[in-house]
Amino acid sequence: MSSSLISPNPIAMGNPPAAASDRSREAKARRRKKKAQAQAQAQPKARSQSSKWKSQAQQQIFSSSLLQALANSRRGGGGSGGGAGRAVREAADRALAASAKGRTRWSRAILAGRIRISKFRKRKRPAAAVAAAAAAAGRSRKPRVSVSRLRGKGLPAVQRKVRVLGRLVPGCRKEPLPVILEEATDYIEALEMQVRAMSELARLLSGGASNGAGSSSNSPTAPPPSQ
Amino acid sequence: MSNRRSSVMQSGTPSRITDDQMIELISKLRQLLPEISHSRSDKVSASKVLQETCSYIRSLHRQVDDLSERLSQLLSTVDADSAEAAIIRSLIT
Repeated sequence: MSSSLISPNPIAMGNPPAAASDRSREAKARRRKKKAQAQAQAQPKARSQSSKWKSQAQQQIFSSSLLQALANSRRGGGGSGGGAGRAVREAADRALAASAKGRTRWSRAILAGRIRISKFRKRKRPAAAVAAAAAAAGRSRKPRVSVSRLRGKGLPAVQRKVRVLGRLVPGCRKEPLPVILEEATDYIEALEMQVRAMSELARLLSGGASNGAGSSSNSPTAPPPSQ
Repeated sequence: MSNRRSSVMQSGTPSRITDDQMIELISKLRQLLPEISHSRSDKVSASKVLQETCSYIRSLHRQVDDLSERLSQLLSTVDADSAEAAIIRSLIT
């Protein structure tokens, strides 16, 4: 945990050279900000976990690793049709998990799941409802307690819902209840960051495509384009 | 009668979670949810929080899926010399 970025992807964005940041307006501004924040991020995270997913630096790291993965896959063969969306989703999940630096179970599960048998991967990828339904049929052998407390976790409805939640969060199917809740909080924030980063990427791309020369996207962090 | 400390329902490890711990975790979760956090914060049951959490995670998954589809389409239409390709290249370095 002492090194700044522990991730399988070679995230070169940790120490971007200042000279290379002159190519694009927004990227330059974001890179500058990120460099300042990256040093702060390299410190041991004394602040709470929740702020780590909201930081711009984290989003930058995620975006760049996602783009890198996509560029690699495009060079390899290029996505075509429906398969491309799936590939993007998986690359995004991998980038997200890598950004978590392996501190959470769900991130480790995502990263481990990619390397292992690929046909098991399809089991997690379909809609969570389908997977939950299929898994619930075969796995709910736990004895339901007859006595129910109102607030404790003895309440069967709460137990059931936590199990469903555990199936939604990757890697948490067999974990006890407090672990699932903790993982879920971190996972939700990571997902929100993923959505933010990807929508910003999409906005950048679509804004540039419609305009051509300069992007008119009003990204909140970018200064007005300076030529 | 099961008391609060030990629950007999865990088939695996008997994790002895206390009520306070549970409440704290649930409230942390609740703060993340967009709908519940705006309403009164004292009368929401744990079951409802968990349900909202599940549906929220599912909707986030859906959003990520939609965004992935959109990104894949956008990436496939990017030509080599346009501005956004430069953006991508600069981000990737």
